Amino acid sequence: MNFLKIDLERLKNEGTSTVTSKERRNFLKLGLAITGVYAGGKILSLSSTFGVAHASGTDFVEKYPYNPHYSMVIRQSLCIDCEKCVDACNKTNHVPKYGYRTRILTRKYQGQLDKKVEFIPVLCNHCNDAPCVRACPTKATYKDAVTGIVRMNSKKCIGCKTCMLACPYDARYFSAERHAVDKCDFCWEERLSKGETQTGCSSACPTGARTFGNLTDPNNIVFKLVHQLEESVWVLRPEDGTKPNIFYMKGNMLSVDNILKGQKFIYSGPSGS
Amino acid sequence: MNRSTIAIAKRWGYHGIDALKKASPGYFMIMGFFALLTLIGAVVGVHGMITGYHHVYNVSREISWGILISAYVFCVVTSTGLCIISSIGHVFGGEAFMPIAKRAVFMSIIFILGGFCIIFFDIENPFRMAIYNVISPNLSSNMWWMGTLYGAYLVFMIIEYYFLLEQNHSLSRLMGFFGLVVGIAAHSNLGAVFGMLHGRPFWYGPYLPIYFIFSAGMSGGCAILFVTTLAWKINPSIMNLRMERAMKAVCQVTIFLISTIIFFTIWKIVTGMVSHDKSLVIMSMINGDYSVNFWVFDIFFGMVLPLFLLFLSRGTNYNMILWATGLMMIGIFFMRYDIVIPGQMVSVYHALGVEEGLEIIKYKPSFHEIMATLFGLSFIGFAYLAGEKMLNGHQLEKHEIVPEGGYICPGCGAIHFMQEGESEQDAMKRQHNIW
Repeated sequence: MNFLKIDLERLKNEGTSTVTSKERRNFLKLGLAITGVYAGGKILSLSSTFGVAHASGTDFVEKYPYNPHYSMVIRQSLCIDCEKCVDACNKTNHVPKYGYRTRILTRKYQGQLDKKVEFIPVLCNHCNDAPCVRACPTKATYKDAVTGIVRMNSKKCIGCKTCMLACPYDARYFSAERHAVDKCDFCWEERLSKGETQTGCSSACPTGARTFGNLTDPNNIVFKLVHQLEESVWVLRPEDGTKPNIFYMKGNMLSVDNILKGQKFIYSGPSGS
Repeated sequence: MNRSTIAIAKRWGYHGIDALKKASPGYFMIMGFFALLTLIGAVVGVHGMITGYHHVYNVSREISWGILISAYVFCVVTSTGLCIISSIGHVFGGEAFMPIAKRAVFMSIIFILGGFCIIFFDIENPFRMAIYNVISPNLSSNMWWMGTLYGAYLVFMIIEYYFLLEQNHSLSRLMGFFGLVVGIAAHSNLGAVFGMLHGRPFWYGPYLPIYFIFSAGMSGGCAILFVTTLAWKINPSIMNLRMERAMKAVCQVTIFLISTIIFFTIWKIVTGMVSHDKSLVIMSMINGDYSVNFWVFDIFFGMVLPLFLLFLSRGTNYNMILWATGLMMIGIFFMRYDIVIPGQMVSVYHALGVEEGLEIIKYKPSFHEIMATLFGLSFIGFAYLAGEKMLNGHQLEKHEIVPEGGYICPGCGAIHFMQEGESEQDAMKRQHNIW
């Protein structure tokens, strides 16, 4: 078999003037796609397409491991810190005064033109690789095999509190009333198992900052918000590799509305195409 | 007492309650003080258990492990260390270390029991633990392995101690070997309990499991020197030529291990200072809330002063060794505290830059926590003092007395017994033919 022989040393440099802008754009796109794949961490890899679960942080999996794969997307810019979600959670799940399953964190800025403060709701991330589940000596906390919800079997909890320290999201507290560690279960016991489709916090949220749903259902809002390219979606503490199921985005752009309404984008390039 | 009881007592060097009765009033007062403190500690602990720990302990959602866990770590580190250092002699055959074996193994058992006393008041549902550790084990959990292996360790150490008393060197050596392996596995797992927690950068990584083993060696050497020199104060006749040689050897090993831990500490600090996540903790140790703990207790009492004094003592000045290791024990207690608490004081949301995660989270042990800690520690003190008297300074008999049918082994220096019709040489072969 003969190969084309190219003597690289004798080749003349063509320079960059002959490269068309289309080629350049393609090259840059390729670079961006690769960066998107390998950047991992902070931003989800966005080069992939429909139905592929790159949603869980950095790792690719062929499909979502659970069905329904419950998840929450938090559109951070919509949160106004009214704490109705926290109240609803406390009421629904009988959370004692000294504890909480979810809370809203405050980040303050100086010198920004548009905002001085940002609110970040946090809760259990129901990680696919949950450190708390690994750390528990008696399997008192476990991943629900069907829904992927990280749940508690209170009667097995010995109260060693290792899970509280293992959790990188501070999502657990010891409940004296339950004699066990307590945590968010996506309202499984109080709502979902009784046929409701929304958690207490997401149904109480007046602005739609918390959207709860099923990641395996292409018609679900959560699926639509995670599988779009226009706005970046991220998770908290991706460096821990826990594959969390709570996703964050700013969520106030028109593009999100378009996505939710099923509209396609129309781009207009320099040539008007 | 019937004849067989007398024989066992003679063989074991067990002097019984009578020996306690002969103790001086001062000795009684100190023992009584420890007994009282153990009792009060237990009562306060039970009170906390009934009231609910969340009302009386200062541990919180963020700092879930307080002084009780650090005291537990202190106890089990010392226990494992006693096992490691004493195994140099009676497991690996380092002759110089042999005379310390009985006291070291005894104290190793006492220290781990003290640790269990303390953890009993930290675990919220200790009774569930007994059930679900067995019927619902999570093999990927370090906590499970740590608990299970320490349980096995205690069993091995008790059997080993029994064979030590029985003068059965083959089996005591075998059990000592198992105890050592299981103890090291358990202890490095304790390090991994901390070292495998995501989001706790001060702990995360392989450093702690490794550090814990070396640190255990250091604690063990320190504890042996301390309890032996204290025993010498109680009863000077425990010191004999063999014991003097052992003290020198343990002193040398301890000096080496202190140097190792100084080396570990330096690199922990230096690498921590360039890491954004860790620097907050490191700086609080260098010039913040924990600076007194760090510089005075961890560094000065825990390492620098004992290193200097042990050098100076040349392993022969027992008063100096007593002071050095006594202060070092206090320093080591703080060292454990300064691993457990600071590891939790940076919020997991610190890097997110939110208001809730900016400040260092504070913790001060409550009265109930301190008393529950003292419950375990004073139990150790009480058991030690009782043991010194009742087991006659952990000697078989006074060193110059060789019991009937026994002889001083020219190899190990211990007292062996000959079986009927056996020559001294045969007996020695039997005692030492293990592998």
